[in-house]
Amino acid sequence: MSSNPDSNEVLVRIRDLHFSRGNRKIFNGVNLDIRRGKVTAIMGPSGTGKTTLLKLIGGQLKPDQGSIQVDGLEVPKLKVSQLYELRKRIGMLFQSGALLTDINVFDNVAFPIREHTKMPPAMIRDMVLMKLESVGLRNARDLMPSELSGGMARRVALARAIALDPMMILYDEPFTGQDPISMGVIVQLIRLLNDALGLTSIVVSHDVQETATIADSIYVLSEGKVVGHGTPQELAETDSDWVKQFMQGLPDGPVPFHYPGVQYADDLLAGSEQSRVD
Amino acid sequence: MVETIRKLGRWGLGGFERLGRAHIFLFHTLMGVPSVFIRFGLLVQQMMSVGVLSLLIIVVSGLFVGMVLGLQGYNTLVDFGAEQSLGVVVALSLVRELGPVVAGLLFAGRAGSALTAEIGLMKSTEQLSGMEMMAVDPFKRVIAPRFLAGFISLPLLATIFSAIGVIGGYFVGVGLLGVDDGAFWSQMQAKVDFSEDIMNGVIKSIVFGFVVTWIAVFEGYDCVPTSEGVSRATTRTVVHSALAILSLDFVLTALMFGNI
Repeated sequence: MSSNPDSNEVLVRIRDLHFSRGNRKIFNGVNLDIRRGKVTAIMGPSGTGKTTLLKLIGGQLKPDQGSIQVDGLEVPKLKVSQLYELRKRIGMLFQSGALLTDINVFDNVAFPIREHTKMPPAMIRDMVLMKLESVGLRNARDLMPSELSGGMARRVALARAIALDPMMILYDEPFTGQDPISMGVIVQLIRLLNDALGLTSIVVSHDVQETATIADSIYVLSEGKVVGHGTPQELAETDSDWVKQFMQGLPDGPVPFHYPGVQYADDLLAGSEQSRVD
Repeated sequence: MVETIRKLGRWGLGGFERLGRAHIFLFHTLMGVPSVFIRFGLLVQQMMSVGVLSLLIIVVSGLFVGMVLGLQGYNTLVDFGAEQSLGVVVALSLVRELGPVVAGLLFAGRAGSALTAEIGLMKSTEQLSGMEMMAVDPFKRVIAPRFLAGFISLPLLATIFSAIGVIGGYFVGVGLLGVDDGAFWSQMQAKVDFSEDIMNGVIKSIVFGFVVTWIAVFEGYDCVPTSEGVSRATTRTVVHSALAILSLDFVLTALMFGNI
């Protein structure tokens, strides 16, 4: 789908990643390759650490063990200044949008440009308007974040994420809590921006249908490991019961519908025996 | 019994860990302070919301505290025929103690809690995280300007509090109760020493400004990023600031005036 000439080159390489919070193991030997120019989705049920993975890639968390390379740089070993240099080349779209609430849409998009460049105001204005135009919100530039709908806030955050023309964008649950129209807009934008700007996109999500329509490849995570990997087509035809249950949203399977414990029949019989004794 | 000791141990260790985090936080904040002078607009903006917006409560409270001091001081002094010294009593009480302490407590309630809530909300809505990912250091952009603004504002507010308090005492003592105008001012001028009284009061307010603002920004930054976490942190700011001000006031008073 992408016309990027280096499309097979690996931009993010994760090897033998271990990470735990307290006593809870979140990643237990994860291996991932994110290819340049592609949209790669990372999927899995809630609580599998998908957002944590993005924070590890962005250097906001440090792994217990293993290697995370972004564009050849070993992220956990970077000094703060090097990490900040790398982050200038990475955009991130947070689930909440994370817009600065005390400044308007225009200033939010201009924020990274003003912080990191010394461009004259006229040029900043043009750049911000171009970014806002690409997400369809050029005329909303004077609104405050509190006046935006959830979908609009995410689009503004997307405009801000591409403000410095990054090499890669990390999307954290971009489809959660969106109405069908804004969901459709964001799905289209992720693909369009990826191809038009020659980006690499990592989409963390558990919305199977939406993600499958735009992803070039999908990794499915569960219980700290990669349990499935391939194109959406390959995963749809998978032999793995677990991946099948997840991709098709089946209520029962390897992840049981019933909370584990005593068998239903035994439980009922135990009740009737109890009443006989009484 | 063992469980109680264990709990006590955990509580103690948790407290020390928090104290350690607060000091590391302070180090990062102080490292961020020089960059505030490059972006001076941020400091001015914060001085406005932390300092100027606290002016009303400081002025009104200062006026009433001064009036009460005038009234109480007069009632006690008049028994000894020493009501001419009312100006000294009012001024010394204010510049040595009530100015820095009451202004500090009011500042913790008005500006400290607002700082904690603002930073806590920025944390819970991922704005701080978002800044980090945009390669903008929140310590330089958010924490340091607020810390510096609070640190500068409180001594100024405490000075204004004391000045307005003296005027309040004057209104009641001279205006209502008939103390001699000249005696009120001249005795105050003769007995209030600049370095001994006024400067020590200013030093107190500088210390309180540092501690209260440190507590406020740290509580915001360290809070659990939920609505409940932010509200708990805001409460902690006010309680810890009040305790810190009153205990430090004793220590500072003992050092300055206690002849220890």
